[in-house]
Amino acid sequence: MISTSKGMVSPKMATKRVAASMAKRKKSERNFQLLGRGAIAVALAFLVVLFSSIFSKGLPGFFQYYVEIEVDIDREKLDPTGIFSQQSLYDGDARGVIRSALYAAVGAEGRSNKRAAGKLISPGAEQRLRKMVYNDPSLMDTTQTLRFAMDDDVDSFLRGFINRETPEKDRRINDRMVEYIDRLQADGKIIYAFSDYLIFGSASRNPEMAGIYGAFIGSILTLSVCLVLAFPIGVATAIYLEEIAPKNRITEIVEININNLAAVPSVVFGILGLAVFIGIFGMPRSIPLIGGVVLALMTLPTIIISSRAAIRAVPPSVREAALGVGASQIQTIFHHVIPLAMPGMLTGTIIGMAQALGETAPLLMIGMVAFIVDVPGSVTDPGTVLPVQIFMWADFAERMFVQKTSAAIIVLLAFLITMNAAAIVVRKKLERRW
Amino acid sequence: MTTFQIAANILFIGFVYYFIAQNSARQLQSSTQTKMHSRHHYYGFFAAFMAWLPAYALLIVMAIGDDIVFRSLSTNLIPDAVRTNADFNEIIAHAQIKNVVSGTNFGTQPDWVYDAAQAWQGWIATSTTLTTILCLSLAVLGGFWGYYKINPNFRSRNAVERIIVALLAASSVIAILTTVGIIFSVVFESLRFFALVPVSEFLFGITWNPQFEGAERAGSGQMGLSTYGSVPLFAGTMLISAVALTVAVPVGLFSAIYLSEYASDRVRGVVKPLMELLAGVPTVVYGFFAALTVAPFIRSMGLTLGLDVASESALAAGLVMGIMIIPFISSLSDDVIRAVPQALREAAYALGSTQNETIRQVVLPAALPGVVASVLLAVSRAVGETMIVVMAAGLAANLSLNPLDAVTTVTAQIVTILVGDQEFESAKTLSAFALALTLIVMTLVLNFIALHVVNKYREQYD
Repeated sequence: MISTSKGMVSPKMATKRVAASMAKRKKSERNFQLLGRGAIAVALAFLVVLFSSIFSKGLPGFFQYYVEIEVDIDREKLDPTGIFSQQSLYDGDARGVIRSALYAAVGAEGRSNKRAAGKLISPGAEQRLRKMVYNDPSLMDTTQTLRFAMDDDVDSFLRGFINRETPEKDRRINDRMVEYIDRLQADGKIIYAFSDYLIFGSASRNPEMAGIYGAFIGSILTLSVCLVLAFPIGVATAIYLEEIAPKNRITEIVEININNLAAVPSVVFGILGLAVFIGIFGMPRSIPLIGGVVLALMTLPTIIISSRAAIRAVPPSVREAALGVGASQIQTIFHHVIPLAMPGMLTGTIIGMAQALGETAPLLMIGMVAFIVDVPGSVTDPGTVLPVQIFMWADFAERMFVQKTSAAIIVLLAFLITMNAAAIVVRKKLERRW
Repeated sequence: MTTFQIAANILFIGFVYYFIAQNSARQLQSSTQTKMHSRHHYYGFFAAFMAWLPAYALLIVMAIGDDIVFRSLSTNLIPDAVRTNADFNEIIAHAQIKNVVSGTNFGTQPDWVYDAAQAWQGWIATSTTLTTILCLSLAVLGGFWGYYKINPNFRSRNAVERIIVALLAASSVIAILTTVGIIFSVVFESLRFFALVPVSEFLFGITWNPQFEGAERAGSGQMGLSTYGSVPLFAGTMLISAVALTVAVPVGLFSAIYLSEYASDRVRGVVKPLMELLAGVPTVVYGFFAALTVAPFIRSMGLTLGLDVASESALAAGLVMGIMIIPFISSLSDDVIRAVPQALREAAYALGSTQNETIRQVVLPAALPGVVASVLLAVSRAVGETMIVVMAAGLAANLSLNPLDAVTTVTAQIVTILVGDQEFESAKTLSAFALALTLIVMTLVLNFIALHVVNKYREQYD
């Protein structure tokens, strides 16, 4: 007997009624599954759009336009005093040497034409020539075909972001420069090549010279500080809470506190760094040391929570066996529990470090957003980190910075994906199931 | 010696003591033929810990404390004539002196600043010498004491284990100290802010127009008057979070249902890591994507539809933030849906339900507390998110519920106020701390409710 709202019906009637509703129910089943598939499709579509947008902008950022010119490396001009030191080369006329080579290449005569030709090449060229000669003095008084970066406006023009049809007064490249670029291109002197500035250059307001090297070193220093602090402290806290701490009110408070810290927005950790480390302890701004400490405090909850899970997964029989043959509690923990829980702890730590590597907001607050050209040599030198560098570049107006920013993002993502993949490998290969 | 060199030397001294003490324990045993209480290396560890712990403790105190001491000492060097001046500000005075000390001074300062800076440099030299001598001799003496204690009856293992337990307990205190530090840094400055601006104005005022004191005097902005009504900021935060949730909740929830109930293991194995990839992307990348790709796209879409869209619309920031929090909702919901016991599903099938009827009427109600909690955690994530809104939402504090307008958020204001040089003690700088306080309270309340929902309404099956 099947009861419905209309009261009792015969089995035959009921079967009929169910059969009649089946088409509708099956349709609703189909729709529901479609909804689920649609949701996944939307999520994956977002992923594809995000990555393709970054990669399509960023891959060209790994390349830039260079010009190859015959440079007559004249000792008289380059090093007039003849002392041959970095300073004497700096005092020499490297710019003039490059300019005259460039004028010869495009055939520029007269003041205004020369000025136009001079704008084709990046101001970084002189520095490059000086460095090249300093490293290899035998180049002096020879003629070499050298490759210099082109100015960012020229780069944008060659990529088609600056339109030839735009009236001259609205375009950052004047007609004369267009003519010279065409001439260089016809002579095959303009080369589209891998951008060494991106990888080895440091912060610069000239987009064609800007690179991630300084920020990359800053990131490594900051993450080292973060790892050195967060891993031991996190693991020690996890061991204490899982294995040693008495189950009382204080322990409970510590546990609640750690869960709350995991929920605090990252920008608040920046305020902590600003008010306590810089304000009260009087430490300098912008240094990787403070950045690392702030990030360590931020990633501690992640490491503690995953380390605790790893310790809890070690079966009690292991501990009992060790205690049974006379090991002390500390010996049991250090000789048996920690080695078995280590893969899980490492996984949590790698994920925490990946989080720290991508974090921006707290580092802005402690001043790691300053424009710093020098590459930091130690954790107490002012520096910046990759995500902050990306944030700063994203703010600059020059068109070329868009590509550079995206290229820097690709580098950052490559590191993050490697770290996450390493975490998965560690988990898959080393973790034991009990 | 620099702090790092001292630290490295202490480490070295400790290791030396470890080997000396271990050897001497071994020799003591073989020469006297008595059984030592503990194994040799525990005597070594004991001596090493005795060298390390007091010396490192002192080093930390000296390294952190020196600046605080110097500041109070330098206060005495400020002439009374300067100090009694109405414009005098102690923090600025210290900053002036420190700039000269570190060589980052630009322009010329009054004479007393140079005098104080010179004295300060002298203190640094003295303190460095003092720290080096004290720390290194403490390490040597401590280690020697540990070495001196070696005898067959000394229970060195127990002593070492007590030290280890103490160290482990001390590291769990760091988490508490962090919380104390956060509360300390936020609450005190907020109280100072509320002394300048009434709480009621901050909580219920509807115009946010902070000005630096100089600008206020010069009469720029809205007739030069600062107003600190935070309602537009919270409305903006809510608007962007609402847009984000409108995207993330349906997508995340339905993905979780499909992945846990319908998808084969192979599909799941591919799709789940891909979706979690979205959570691993740094927020600065989302911010860049929102500002450079999504916002112009939405603007041009709006223009073709004849709508007036701000170039930094709440919609763009919210949409991208929604993408960011999809994985939070999907993986947390996935976990709770999978935790619903199979027996419940089988019971529903046995009664003739189709799969979606089972999911909608049995599985989801059973998993509801967990799903609600995951949504609340996602809200708290959205409220605290900073980089996307800093880069894509702009700074105009409009009170608007239209997602096509430009709005600003609490986090974006905190960052803009506190990044770069700040004017000390001004209401504008302090307002960032008050905002941070409300932000912390908001996220903690959300988390508390989420935990409460899970604990109270969770059905215990098994």
